[in-house]
Order: sequence, then structure tokens, then C-alpha cells
Amino acid sequence: MVKVSLSSGFRDAADGAASVEIEATTVRELLRLLLERYPAMERHYDEGVAVSINGEIYRDIRDLSIPPDAEIFLLPRLQGG
Amino acid sequence: MSGVQVSTTVNGDVEEFVCHPGETLLDVLRNRLGLTGAKEGCGTGDCGACSVIVDGQLMCACLVLGAEVEGKMVATVEGLADGNKLHPLQDKFLEHAALQCGICTPGFLVAAKALLDDNPNPTEEEIRYALAGNLCRCTGYDKIVRAVDAAAKDLRKSAGRKSSKKSGK
Amino acid sequence: MAEQSYTDQEFKVIGSRVRRPDGIDKVTGRARYGADAFAPGQLVGRILRSPHAHAKIKKIDTSRAEKMKGVKAVITCDDLPDLTGGRGPNYDILVNCMARGTALYHGHAVAAVAAVDEPTARKALKAIKVEYKTLPHVTDVDAAMAEDAPIVQPGVEHDGKPSNIVNVSQFGHGDVEAGFAEADVIIEKSYKTEQTHQGYIEPHACLASMGPDGDGELWVTTQGHFTFRTVCAQLLGLDIAKLKVTSSEIGGGFGGKTHVWMEPLALAMSRKANRPVKLVMGRDEVFMGSGPTCSTSMDVKIGAKKDGTITAGLATLRYQDGPFPGPWGMLGGMTAWACYDLPNVQAVAYDVLVNRPKVAAYRAPSAPMAAFAVESTMDLVADKIGMDPVDFRLKNVAKEGSKAAYGPTYGPIGIEATLNAVKNHPHMKAKLGKNQGRGMACGFWFNFGGQTCTDLNIGTDGTVNLTMGTVDVGGARASMSLIAAEELGIPYEKVKCNVGDTSSLGHNDTTEGSRGTFSSGMATIFAARAAVEVLKQRAALMWEIDVEDVEWEDGAAHAKGIEHSNLAPLTLAEIAKKSPQTGGPIAGHNEVVADGAGVSFASHICDVEVDPETGKSKILRYTVVQDAGKAIHPDYVEGQFQGAAAQGIGWALNEEYVYGEDGRLQNPSFLDYRIPVCSDLPFIDTEILEIPNPNHPYGIRGVGETSIVPPLAAIAGAVSNAVGVRLDHTPMSPPRILKAIHDANGA
Repeated sequence: MVKVSLSSGFRDAADGAASVEIEATTVRELLRLLLERYPAMERHYDEGVAVSINGEIYRDIRDLSIPPDAEIFLLPRLQGG
Repeated sequence: MSGVQVSTTVNGDVEEFVCHPGETLLDVLRNRLGLTGAKEGCGTGDCGACSVIVDGQLMCACLVLGAEVEGKMVATVEGLADGNKLHPLQDKFLEHAALQCGICTPGFLVAAKALLDDNPNPTEEEIRYALAGNLCRCTGYDKIVRAVDAAAKDLRKSAGRKSSKKSGK
Repeated sequence: MAEQSYTDQEFKVIGSRVRRPDGIDKVTGRARYGADAFAPGQLVGRILRSPHAHAKIKKIDTSRAEKMKGVKAVITCDDLPDLTGGRGPNYDILVNCMARGTALYHGHAVAAVAAVDEPTARKALKAIKVEYKTLPHVTDVDAAMAEDAPIVQPGVEHDGKPSNIVNVSQFGHGDVEAGFAEADVIIEKSYKTEQTHQGYIEPHACLASMGPDGDGELWVTTQGHFTFRTVCAQLLGLDIAKLKVTSSEIGGGFGGKTHVWMEPLALAMSRKANRPVKLVMGRDEVFMGSGPTCSTSMDVKIGAKKDGTITAGLATLRYQDGPFPGPWGMLGGMTAWACYDLPNVQAVAYDVLVNRPKVAAYRAPSAPMAAFAVESTMDLVADKIGMDPVDFRLKNVAKEGSKAAYGPTYGPIGIEATLNAVKNHPHMKAKLGKNQGRGMACGFWFNFGGQTCTDLNIGTDGTVNLTMGTVDVGGARASMSLIAAEELGIPYEKVKCNVGDTSSLGHNDTTEGSRGTFSSGMATIFAARAAVEVLKQRAALMWEIDVEDVEWEDGAAHAKGIEHSNLAPLTLAEIAKKSPQTGGPIAGHNEVVADGAGVSFASHICDVEVDPETGKSKILRYTVVQDAGKAIHPDYVEGQFQGAAAQGIGWALNEEYVYGEDGRLQNPSFLDYRIPVCSDLPFIDTEILEIPNPNHPYGIRGVGETSIVPPLAAIAGAVSNAVGVRLDHTPMSPPRILKAIHDANGA
């Protein structure tokens, strides 16, 4: 089971939850299952999400294994200048 | 068509062209003479990216009309190197990484040349004030000042060698 | 991601200060930027812009302009059918490129012409008649949030009512109320920062050429030619593969050239006229019609114990995005508290619409303003409890294991190292004179990775072509050549690096987020390693041995094992020479989504002297300390630190967009929008802390952006210490400083 913390902007789409538990081994699987559970997340996916694993932020990569006991955070997809 | 016929010298070459009365020297250099080294950063003489030397005086080409250089000597960045031998200013800019995007570099090189032609041994303050008419947004000017200082040293050294050769030392 | 991490790796060429490959062209004037391209038969494009801050466009009559001799195309929004579905970021881009029924800011494009020369184009613009009905406008972020504010975008609602508040984000953890209750000292203060522009010296420029078959070419100054291709293709209904975009040399971007502002117009006019169209912005258009950063209004509250432990931090941030929503306030909220380990922390960030140009990223976007407010307040708290400002920050500094205010827990990070470096830096011990003050501040920024492709091709003489797709904004070609040379084991001079056009490579993300060296470096390493595998195979063929018995070292293939000891090593050049007979051209190729770029911190020290009579500030001394990973080319890393600091200095002391009551931008020129000049600045000292990034084979981190974050607060601290009054509004221009001194003296 992976505990996914949600950045505040995503909580509305997840019925107000600040974190959810998902059974997933890769980032891709985790995002797919999250969307299945909360279809309202689609809008945020379209705008772009980044995933933080143990503090390291990944903007695009999805085929990453989730290490055991990893801290997972869903963040907006950020950009620089 | 109504145009002004102009005959001038650019980087030692005679150039003849016809331009609109209101056309700037910058437009002429870039659009008629194929010399795109001078850049338009603002068109109002505030950024120095179009710096050229006309009859020994540093100017913004965007503030000079094409017609005004009739019979004058114009020097642009393209005339700085001697064939394929870089001018010490160009060499030192590369050595000191005094450019990042490089858009302001032609203007700085011309302005620095004008400075060193006039004052071969400038202090840091003199360099900074002489170049205050050239805007750079990438470098913070640090490495530009170092490069100009190094080029000045180089030029003084070779001038010293030349004069000691002359005097037979 | 990383097969091996850089720690105590020894490099042969990495880290050397070589001359950059594009250097000669740039010092001789040969380098070609956006406006330096010419096509036979090209037309000159010019844009007609709204003179009003907010107005309904009732009618545009282009008939006179269309009939003019020498005018080959006139376009309005009618020539740009909406293919985006009427919503989303690309729709906003479309509307920003050309107004659709409403002019949303002074300078908003409403029509454009392409003519045989500049004078004709300007005459044609004058001949276009636009009937406007002016609407009430709002340009101030706080005024835009007020109850009775004019509404910029109908359809935007907040709390069930029409509003200019387009987003509210919240970040943080703990209980700030409880935290404040525990505090011995509480400081609460409000701040404002005025709008600034990236100020690149090269205006936006492009040369567009479209044929009747729907194929197009675009030469453009850009930070991301692939991104431009995608957006232009979508807006114009073209196949992506049929639009070839070539990136010119770029004369500065800093985030302002990550998006299209007028390029679709050039393509549309070229399509209509069936001739190439060159479209170049004047400097006033750059200020009015491209993407400056936000102006802000912020409140910060910090509570701390007498021993310096912060018990709570609360920031309320209001950022204006221009007339279209952006992530700017949100980014401010995420970065505001990032330097510190706080048990109770909150940032509430508003994104607000106003009648000003569409905001774009500016180097670590949104972070400098939030840092200005937080770091200034940190100084005030430190002062109140009588603690040294560096020690106060060290006491609360974020470390590995700290929970970032924006959510995740930090891995190994470098802020403590930068603070310790600042604490021990000789600058801190230098004596200060009359009217002089010292300030210091910290800053944080994310760095990014992204989609990257690289092609490495070996010529038969053993020299190497490296084609990368990330635009080179400041010297990346030199760094990529060093990396390829390092991996292949050949001299730097044998590698030639180019930026490929969009038809040469797969998609490459824009050069933003400090990603250029990190991403292209990673792709180059993998492309070079792929080429090395091919080289080994070829050597094995030439020797007629097993490829398992071949290893690559120092630029040559070596045959392993006693039974092969008679085989002399084969250099890269020797193998390349025989390549036609061993299988053809030798190449390595890599497509990677580089990620895990790691976050970055900087701490700056600044000394300022303020003339109490004129309010003019002079920067006496400036020091930048930043955690970088491995510095591939130290000169260019230093250059990024110095350039970012200089931009921050301008932002802090001089630069602002000045709007009149009529909502018009009053200073769209370099004369009145005053960026730092050579005589304003001293030499800028830099210290690169090489703290490796474990997610990169060479430990590379992004470095380009972070150092624009601390200057506003560092300079505010210095100025405030020099004049004895805390400044809370940037730019701290002479009138503002004089007013602050005046007000403090109770006059």
C-alpha cells in the first residue's frame, strides 16, 4: 500500500482527502488507479502533475518503481524560466 | 523612388547605396550592406547594441541617419579582426567568458575599442563608465570588465614592443 | 536513472575552462539571431496594438490598408479560427496573440499587416480603423481583488460571484494559530513588489514562410523551438512534422521566450500572402506585448521563541497574472518557506487577473517576490530577539528529513552549506562606513529535467558531431562538447556541438527550469556511451575477436586478456576511418526523459551605500554562494550566478512597470525602465559549492535560476540597515527610499 499525499489544489477532486492509500508498484500504475478512484482528477492530469518520491520531484517520468515505504506527494507540474 | 544616394567607407571598404531619407545607419548596415553584427535592441539609443564608430566617435547607429555618413569612415564589429586574426578584445572576451547569449557583444566590443583608442590604460571605474551606454542582461558585466582590462594590458604590451622595436632597443 | 553517481569521480576534461564553440561567431558579428535572417521576397510584418487598457472591439475596418500599394496581407482574429476548443492554455495563447472581441491590456494585438517594406507597413497600420468602446480597467492586484473591481474575464468566479481571483492555493502543515500562541515574539508586515520584465536585449523576432501545401518554416529566437512548433501547429491547424522550426541564436530569454507572442501571426500572414514574413518587435512592443513577471502584494507573519526557534510562519500572497490564469501565485506559495524547517507553516496564494500583459516566467518565477517578503520578515524577527540574521536562519534551516512547506520531505540539500559558507565568508567581516549597510538572504528553486534527445555522429576522421535539441542560452554547447569528449576519451576540440532544428530530432522540452545542462548532459552521456558500444563492436570486428574482450579507455579500444596482448589499441579515429568497411557510419543516439534534477539553494551577501539626500543606492560589494552539482564549465556557472544577481539588483533598486490612471504603460523603453548598467555594479564574487546530485551520472544540478531569488531581500536588508528604516516595496528607487526616511522621521 502506498500513501499518496495530495497538494492542496488536488484535494477537492479527491473528495477533500489530504492523502489516499493506493496499491501500486510504479508511478504510472499509481496515477491510473488514482484517476479510476477519483475521475475528477482528470482536469488536474490535463493541466499536469508532478510526483515527488522521497523528496525528489519528477515532472514527466512515469515508469519509475515506487520504493517500499516511500513518501509520495502529488504536486502541480511546475515550470521555470 | 525617392531615395538618397550615399557614398561612405565601412571597415575600410567603399560602400555606395541608396536609402530612404528616414532610414537609420543601423537599417542600412543590416538590410542593405549585409552587416548584421550591429543589433537593434531598442531603436532609441538606450541599449548600445548598435554601437558603431563614425569618424573616430562612438555612436548608436540607430540614432544616425544613413544619409549622414556620406563621406565618413564607419567602423563596425565586422572590421575589428584583422583577416582571421582576432583583435585582443575579441580574444579576451572569449578567454574570460565575457559573453553568455552574445547579443550585446558586438556593441561592447566596439565601445571598448573606442575607449582603448582614447585611453589605453583605463582604471576599472573608467572602463565601467565608458561602457555604461551598453546594456547587458546576462553577465552582470563582471567578466566583461575583466576582459576589457586584460585586452588593454595586452595592447599596451604589444604597443610597448612596437615602440621599443622602433627605438632599436 | 543513474548507473553510477558522481562522488569523487575524477574527470579528464570536465571542469576545464575551454572556449565555447559559438564564441568566434559571437565576437565577430557572424552569429545569427532572430532578426538576422533574410529570405528572398520577404515582407515586413507589423502589429497594431490596443491603445486602451480594456475595451470592446466593436469593429475593425481593414479595407483601406488592404488596398494600399505594397500591402500583401492584413489579418485580424478572423484569420485565426479557433482550433483549441475555446478553452485551455492554448486558447489563452491564441487570444493573447490577437484579441478576439476585447482588448485586455494596453498593447494587446488587434490586427497585423505584412508589406513590402517598413514604411509601407507602418502606413498600413495607420490606415486600419478600429472602433473601441472603452471599459473600466484595473491594473493593481489589490484593487482587482476588491468587491467592486472591474471584471477582466467574464466567467471567472470566486465564492460564487464574478471575480478576478482565478485561483487560490494553500501549502503548509501544522497549526499556525497554536504556533503563534507559543511565540515570544511575533512580527507581521506587508510588502509589495512592482512588475518587472526579463529585459533580454534581443526583441522577439522571427521569419515565417508558409506555402500553399501547408508546409511551413519558422526561424525564431526562442527558448524552445519544439514547444513553439507544437503550439504554432495547433493554432494554425498544421501537422507538427510539416512545420520546421529552427532556433536562431537567442539574445536572452530568462523565461520570456518560452512561449509564442506573435509567431503565429507571422505564419498566418505568410500563409495569406504566400511570401515569407519577417516580424520583429520594437522595444516598446516587448514591454507591452510580451510576458513580464507579476506584481505582488504580500503579508507575512512570523512567530519565534527568544532562543530563535520559529514556532509559526504564515504568508498571504497576491500575485497578478495579467488577463489569463497562470501558476504564478501558486509557485510563490510553494517556494515562500522552502528554506526552513517549520513545525507550523502556511502559505495562501492568490492568482488574480488584471488588465496588464500576460505574465510569463522570469527566472525562478514567483520565488523572488515571496522570498523578499519572508526573508525581510526573518531579518525583523532576528533583530527583535537580538540574534545574528545568519545564525537565526541556521537555527531554523531545512535539512535532510525536514518537511518542506510545499509538502515532500527533503533528501540531502545544500542550504545549510550555503549559510555556513556565507557565515565564514570574508565579506561578512569587511568593515562598513557611514550610510552603508549589509544584508543577506536565502533563496530556493526547483530544477527540472524533461524530454531530451541527442544525436552523436562520428566522422571518418574521428571528429564528432553532437546534435542537441535544447536551445543554448549561455554556453551549453561548450558543456555538451566537454561531456562528449569526457565519455569518448577524446580532446574537446574534436567535438562540434550544434542545436538541431525540429526536423532533426524528437521533441525536446524548452530550455527553462535550469534544465539545459542537466538534461542535455544526461542525453549526451547516454548517446556517447551508445556510440562507445558501437566502437567496441567495430574494434572486435577489425580484430576478429569477441566483443566481450574489448574495453574502451582513454579514447581507444583495448583488447583484454593475455591471448590478445599482441593487439595494439585502436583509437577512435582509427576505428572511424575503417567504418565504411565495418558497417557504416558510427553513431550514438539517446532519447531520455531526464528527471530528478534536484532542488537548489543560494545565499547572498550585499553591501550598499545610500545617499541620504538623494536616496540613491550604490552596491559596494556582492557575494553569491550557491549549491551547484558538478560545474561542467565553471566560467558559465559563475556567469549564471552573476547574471541572476544583476537582474535581482535591478529588480530591487530600479525596475518597475509604471501604469497611469488610464491603465497605460508609461515607460516601455530602456530609458525609463532602468536596468543595471556597467557603472552601477561592482565585481560580483561567487562561490560554487559542488554538492553532487545523485540522480545524474556526473552529479549535475540545474544552476541558472536560483540566484535571482535572494537579491531583493538581501538588498532590502542592506538598504534598510544603511538608512535605519525597513523598506518593504520594490523597487527601492530613490523616491521610495527618501519617502521612507521622511516618513520615519515623523515629518
